[in-house]
Amino acid sequence: MYEFSYYKSGSVEDAVEAMNKAEDGKFVAGGQTMLPTMKHRLASPSDVIDLGGIAELSGISVDGDSVTIGAMTTHAEVAASGDVQAMIPALAQLASGIGDPAVRNQGTLGGSIANNDPAADYPAAVIALGATVKTNKREIAADDFFTGMFETALEDDELITAVSFPKADSAAYMKFENPASRYAIVGVFLAKTGSAVRVGVTGATPCAHRGMRLEEALNSNFSADACDGVEIPVEKMNTDIHASAEYRAHLVKVMTKRAVAACS
Amino acid sequence: MPIVNMNVNGNPVTGEVEGRTLLVQFLRENLGLTGTHIGCDTSQCGSCVVHVDGKSVKSCTLLAVMADGSEVTTIEGLANGAELHPMQQAFMDNHGLQCGFCTPGMVMSALDIVNRNGNELDENTVRKELAGNICRCTGYHNIVKSVTAGAKAMGD
Repeated sequence: MYEFSYYKSGSVEDAVEAMNKAEDGKFVAGGQTMLPTMKHRLASPSDVIDLGGIAELSGISVDGDSVTIGAMTTHAEVAASGDVQAMIPALAQLASGIGDPAVRNQGTLGGSIANNDPAADYPAAVIALGATVKTNKREIAADDFFTGMFETALEDDELITAVSFPKADSAAYMKFENPASRYAIVGVFLAKTGSAVRVGVTGATPCAHRGMRLEEALNSNFSADACDGVEIPVEKMNTDIHASAEYRAHLVKVMTKRAVAACS
Repeated sequence: MPIVNMNVNGNPVTGEVEGRTLLVQFLRENLGLTGTHIGCDTSQCGSCVVHVDGKSVKSCTLLAVMADGSEVTTIEGLANGAELHPMQQAFMDNHGLQCGFCTPGMVMSALDIVNRNGNELDENTVRKELAGNICRCTGYHNIVKSVTAGAKAMGD
């Protein structure tokens, strides 16, 4: 790991001020992706600004029909939360399947979506539930947040403070995971509210996205069979040593069908 | 350079570190607690697992400065003098180690599993919960037996 200056922030304002002063700063949340990336010298920020000391960024609260989760809340806390389990059990289940227990004790919701790894789990849920990403500057709709591979709508000095997830009538997350890393080879989060279905797909393409064709088919006929006729564009799929584009396209349908079955 | 203060295995410690010093380096190199191992460079193997404020973490994926002010427990903090912790004893009794390199992380993860799941553990739970600990000797069968037995012994 290259050298850097470390700064522990006491508040959101403090962290943003440190970022504005830094030459090439980076916020660190739980560090479960960032530190390995820095160890491999794939990232070399001049300044690392730690958000771990900012109490106001952690915690889970329920407000009417939505559950708001602080950016620094760990995956383990989301998985174990009675509020999340009661409101959106699929979200608690998703959090319980990220990485391994030690990673879940340290990794955070905000860190995961700010990094926007193509195979991360949370982006699928943020998209499918139509969540709102709250920052120190504004509120960003899920559909506008994830903009490309490891890219988001966040500005350099913009910090996620919380994510607000509206409750769905039913929801399910189905992941075909890499058995070594537990990252999603393909993950599908499906949320159904009234007759409206939203499908969030991760792992399949360079950036998590809405499965619009699947949504269209499921909106007119909410059944696993309805997915059969949907064409998944193979040319847009990722391909790597773990799975070919054709295999991922196939998995998108299979995972969606399983999610439909779980919601039926 | 930053100064860190933490409580390690019940002892207050202080040390000067670089921002980039990992917790595992601080434990091994500054404090000489070499029971915590470094088995990989990718946060996958789990041989560096320690407890920070009661929760299992991979000490190779945490900066020492991030653990400033924390209570840290390492494998050296478990035994009571010459008397092994019940989980350590269970690994010994059940031949839960071959080369032993992964063992400190396995034991620390096992204690975290007991903390969250109680003393009566079934095999599937243990196997699922040990997903973040790799045994290069592939001695998983006896490791799982050890964790189950150790968990039970801790409740007796």
